[in-house]
Amino acid sequence: MRVKPPPFRYHAPHSVDEALAVLAEVGADGKVLAGGQSLLPILNMRLAAPKHLVDINRLAELDYLAADPGGVRVGALARHARVERDKDTFGVLPLLHEALRLVAHPVIRNRGTVVGSLVHADPAGELTAVLALLGGSVVLRRYGGTERTVPAADFFLGPLESDIRPGELATEAYFPLPAGRTGLAIKELARRHGDYAMCGVAIAVTLTDAHEVEAVRAGYFAVGATPVVLDLTEALAGSAVDKADWPAAGRLATEQIRTEDDLHATAEYRGHLVGVLTARAVRIAARRARGVQAA
Amino acid sequence: MTEYEQRSEVSLIVNGAARRATVPVRRLLSDFLRHDLGLTGTHVGCEHGVCGCCTVLLDGAPVRSCLLLAVTVAGHEVTTVEGLTRPDGSMHPVQQAFVECHGLQCGFCTPGFLTTTAAFLAQRPDPDEKEIVEAISGNLCRCTGYQNIVASVRRAAELLAEQDPVAAGAAVDGSGR
Repeated sequence: MRVKPPPFRYHAPHSVDEALAVLAEVGADGKVLAGGQSLLPILNMRLAAPKHLVDINRLAELDYLAADPGGVRVGALARHARVERDKDTFGVLPLLHEALRLVAHPVIRNRGTVVGSLVHADPAGELTAVLALLGGSVVLRRYGGTERTVPAADFFLGPLESDIRPGELATEAYFPLPAGRTGLAIKELARRHGDYAMCGVAIAVTLTDAHEVEAVRAGYFAVGATPVVLDLTEALAGSAVDKADWPAAGRLATEQIRTEDDLHATAEYRGHLVGVLTARAVRIAARRARGVQAA
Repeated sequence: MTEYEQRSEVSLIVNGAARRATVPVRRLLSDFLRHDLGLTGTHVGCEHGVCGCCTVLLDGAPVRSCLLLAVTVAGHEVTTVEGLTRPDGSMHPVQQAFVECHGLQCGFCTPGFLTTTAAFLAQRPDPDEKEIVEAISGNLCRCTGYQNIVASVRRAAELLAEQDPVAAGAAVDGSGR
């Protein structure tokens, strides 16, 4: 037969409405194919066997990217590489560019989509933590015109499990820009560049007009079943940005996160990485915050 | 085979020529190229997107052909390693560079390195070593060691620069654009 994936019925809708109609009809037996950079490996290894595959690659109406001063909206067919290279997106939210550079390899990013990565909800997925840190959201549409917008805090339910229900299509993700004099940074450690991270963190540091630390928030990936968001403000509140004890934020994070063993790292080593990567990212985010003009 | 097997006609442009075949909808692009079109230059290694051997150019951009269904890319343009060779049969500068710099031993991973490199240099004609390493970071080689491959990419950039860069870019996606 010369085929790897299990058999399925293939649907190639040409509009969002048509896609929603198909998804409504096939219900829990349906799976959406966008970039396929996570779904195809799963099919090739026969870890999943959806009865119906709904290919949304012809839905040009979902191939959009809109950056405005408040944040970035990413349509379901906007591929990683496009978002990574978009100048307007970089101007509003350079963190998105920085995070995307850590997603797999350049060739994978030519095909994979941002919304697909979020729906896939891999615990090691950089974008899940970025969305969670920024308090972003995902738009889910269903046949008949109903639509719901799910905040990141409610969207990631478990490893490879997001709050998308049978019949729904994720059409958009929204990454809002944080308020105030806030700097952002992301750091991860992987065995090899492009591999799944053993630990990673996206950080937001907000400074007062006097350049003292006002708030520190962190979104971790590859440390739990879902992205973990922590408020680390108490470790650094009031510190002058040029004299702050950045490792204190790392120590606080290490105390609060319960890491686990896996093939790639022990719980203890992963906990160590939480501390080290937090300290590094907080320092960079704080430096960037100094350059931000508070609104 | 008791399960229902849906088939579909797939038409696309491969290396500048219109090609068509009726295949199971679950046929991967890699298998479509090799088995339905007889283009065995595209190699199949891991078949889950890790090794990079099956990399082809889709509308000029490198992608994993093992992570695409043939039906998904119907109507698009694909360039395989066979499409890098010049119409007169001479080697593409990237192929020439890999020969000169000993950028291959067994050759299994080579098609993926060649397509990835051709697309990379069309975008970035004069890369530094760090950029080269990142560009080929998604391709695995188990025999050459990467030093000679990096040297090959650098040499390919030189060879391309000696030619008209516009023509070099057009040769990459096979469309003459």
